[in-house]
Amino acid sequence: MAAPLDQKRPDLSRALVDAGFAALVTFGLSFPILALRTEQDMQNRLIVEPRWSWSVIAVMVVFCARLLAGLLSDWRARALAIPGALIAVFGAHMGVTQALTHGAGITALGLALLIGAFALDARLRDAPAPVAAPRAERADRSRLISMAGLAALFLFPFVMLAWLGPQGSLKWINNYGVQILIYVMLGWGLNIVVGLAGLLDLGYVAFYAVGAYTYALLSTTFGLSFWICLPLAGVLAAFWGVILGFPVLRLRGDYLAIVTLAFGEIIRVVLINWTDFSNGYAGISSIPRVTFFGVPFTAADDGFAAMLGLEFTPIHRTIFLYFLILCLALLTNVVTLRLRALPIGRAWEALREDEIACRSLGVNTVNTKLTAFALGAMFGGFAGAFFAVRQNFVSPESFTFIESATILAIVVLGGMGSQIGVALAAVAMIGGTEILRELDFLKQIFGESFDPAQYRMLIFGLAMVVMMIWKPRGLISSRTPSIFLKKRTAVAGSLVREGRG
Amino acid sequence: MSRWLTDPLLTVEGLTMRFGGLTAVSDFHFSVGRGDITALIGPNGAGKTTVFNCITGFYKPTQGRLALARTGVANPVEVEALTRSGRRFATMQSGDLFLLERMADHEIAQRAHVARTFQNIRLFAGMTVLENLIVAQHNALMRASGLTLFGLFNTPGYRRAERAAMARAVGWLERINLVERADDPAGALPYGDQRRLEIARAMCIDPALLCLDEPAAGLNPRESAELTTLLRSIRDDDGVSVLLIEHDMSVVMQVSDHVVVLDYGRKIADGAPQAVREDPKVIAAYLGVDDEAEVIAAESEIAAIAGDSP
Ligand SMILES: Nc1ncnc2c1ncn2[C@@H]1O[C@H](COP(=O)(O)OP(=O)(O)OP(=O)(O)O)[C@@H](O)[C@H]1O
Ligand SMILES: [Mg+2]
Repeated sequence: MAAPLDQKRPDLSRALVDAGFAALVTFGLSFPILALRTEQDMQNRLIVEPRWSWSVIAVMVVFCARLLAGLLSDWRARALAIPGALIAVFGAHMGVTQALTHGAGITALGLALLIGAFALDARLRDAPAPVAAPRAERADRSRLISMAGLAALFLFPFVMLAWLGPQGSLKWINNYGVQILIYVMLGWGLNIVVGLAGLLDLGYVAFYAVGAYTYALLSTTFGLSFWICLPLAGVLAAFWGVILGFPVLRLRGDYLAIVTLAFGEIIRVVLINWTDFSNGYAGISSIPRVTFFGVPFTAADDGFAAMLGLEFTPIHRTIFLYFLILCLALLTNVVTLRLRALPIGRAWEALREDEIACRSLGVNTVNTKLTAFALGAMFGGFAGAFFAVRQNFVSPESFTFIESATILAIVVLGGMGSQIGVALAAVAMIGGTEILRELDFLKQIFGESFDPAQYRMLIFGLAMVVMMIWKPRGLISSRTPSIFLKKRTAVAGSLVREGRG
Repeated sequence: MSRWLTDPLLTVEGLTMRFGGLTAVSDFHFSVGRGDITALIGPNGAGKTTVFNCITGFYKPTQGRLALARTGVANPVEVEALTRSGRRFATMQSGDLFLLERMADHEIAQRAHVARTFQNIRLFAGMTVLENLIVAQHNALMRASGLTLFGLFNTPGYRRAERAAMARAVGWLERINLVERADDPAGALPYGDQRRLEIARAMCIDPALLCLDEPAAGLNPRESAELTTLLRSIRDDDGVSVLLIEHDMSVVMQVSDHVVVLDYGRKIADGAPQAVREDPKVIAAYLGVDDEAEVIAAESEIAAIAGDSP
């Protein structure tokens, strides 16, 4: 939203009407989703059990949030005020139902935040707009930030280990670290196809599956080690990328999306039905675990812990897996960034901008599309092999369409083509899902049977809708030029095309 | 001296293009002289863009032969031999010979070195002005980057090629007065600058023949004059032959060495500008349009031609 420069004073009656309307919409939406719940009774009949209080809470939250957003003009003040209001309400609720003193304290904290937010808003409204930092300084700063980020990523498992011990840190390194990094890598791989070349691919999970089954089958049948299987998984996935690429060369937009979606499903259905090859639904189990370049992570005398004279704990393997996927993801990133500055990468982006113009300049669009498919697939294959070695078990269940949709959502949410945007989106989406499992305090509000993780899809959907309104081109929509004469100026997202192919 | 007869770069014979029942171009013969600016003119819907699309491989002609002799004067016997051989191009005694009707669009740009612009501008809007000119040198850079392998490791050979591509791009930016805007997105340029950038981009593929589809459309008189200068310099300084579709008769009459007139897909006149503008058939074609406003426009155009002394 392009706010006019002259500061518009918030208007109470407008904000009230606005909040009332939002509350009405929330009621309409929450009524079927939250308020009506079907349960089976003793006779196995479905009965509708109303949960009006849920609906009322949702309506109240939306009303307050919208009202505050309408009254406060600065986003920083809003970010302060809305949690403040929630905390105040929570405190009041607690004061009434449980402990008066505790509740009063929490309410006071919430109110303090609220008042602070209004004060901040008033200050900011009168303050002059901040001056943007000079360009050179900003470039230096962004390099500094990425170096710091890299250091933080490398230190993360050790910090967690030192802080929470081997037991406590496992969840953080595995469920957050490794899980998020897998999706960052998949997002970056798909970004080559969707973000750079502009080819909408809804079946990316097929290459993930090819990579996973490559390692699973080669290691269990031929006893090949992970380090041999990893490149093979990439090569095979790239091969399948080209196989998919050929029939879809002439397709664009919706048709391309449908065929790639079908391709993803075909691979999965083949894995289910060709039981001699892939063992069907049962999947492939007891896949060899990762070793430290030949040294196994076991309690045995020749194990990793014994070799380094450490006490054995399973966290060593998890940390190694963390570094493995971190390196694979960084490799994906470095290769993509380098390719962007090479003729092939520029041709991908030019293809996304205008395929006809590309052909008129002598760009072989067939080869260009196939290399995009093959390279994207290759990184998907690497990630798949990693998935297999991490889980020691693969089955077709892991490669359903919802995976493709999640990876595509990460790319779209991040801003097509932007590496950092995709990484942020992966953190938000995958990390967000994990965090939902942690929000136990919500049980205090909504009752013991409330499981926030069940609302994952609802929250995804809402987040998507909000993003589409707030930033229709993703978190980072601007494009960094691959070459410059005097200064590198980002291209505004509105000029960058999304590709029709 | 009619170069299009003595030293043709491109010879089009019997070109016919049908779309279902509609014959957009029928049995069209003409040639483009080496080092000439050839104008292809005609009323709206005459089939000019269709001819361009056939030459540049975007349409496969229903019938016809389009022979391009990139170096040397084509020998009719050799053209005949190449046609019978079933090959798309070959190096003959007289030089490199290409049969464009058999080649794919990107091959025509890459091997036969025919560049084009589009009636509705097709820049890479989300890429910078400089990037547009670098993408145009894709094939040269791709070769230098060893199909990406050397490029990945940034070998000195690739770096040299990239510097050369950059120098060429900057040279063109200087010629079209856009150095200051090199790092701005192409989509943010004013219309006239976009037209010139599209021409510069086409020139960056190092063409033998440059096909321009209505480059003066939507330009103001000052920009039109700049365009005329640019076209002359492309012909005289770069030695590139130009095939030009244009409705702006003042531009056509000022720059062209040879004019071909198309009406309802048939050629009605072919010759020096002087001869063509006096041709009664051409005058009739321009007057023979039904729309009232177009008649007036055509009349004033002819008046402009008549008042123009070369
Ligand atoms: N792809 C196509 N399919 C069907 N008909 C086409 C196609 N391309 C062109 N035509 C038809 O061929 C005829 C010639 O069109 P063309 O675009 O070549 O005219 P033009 O001389 O370039 O006109 P203008 O001056 O308006 O650009 C028109 O009747 C047009 O409708
Ligand atoms: Mg046309």
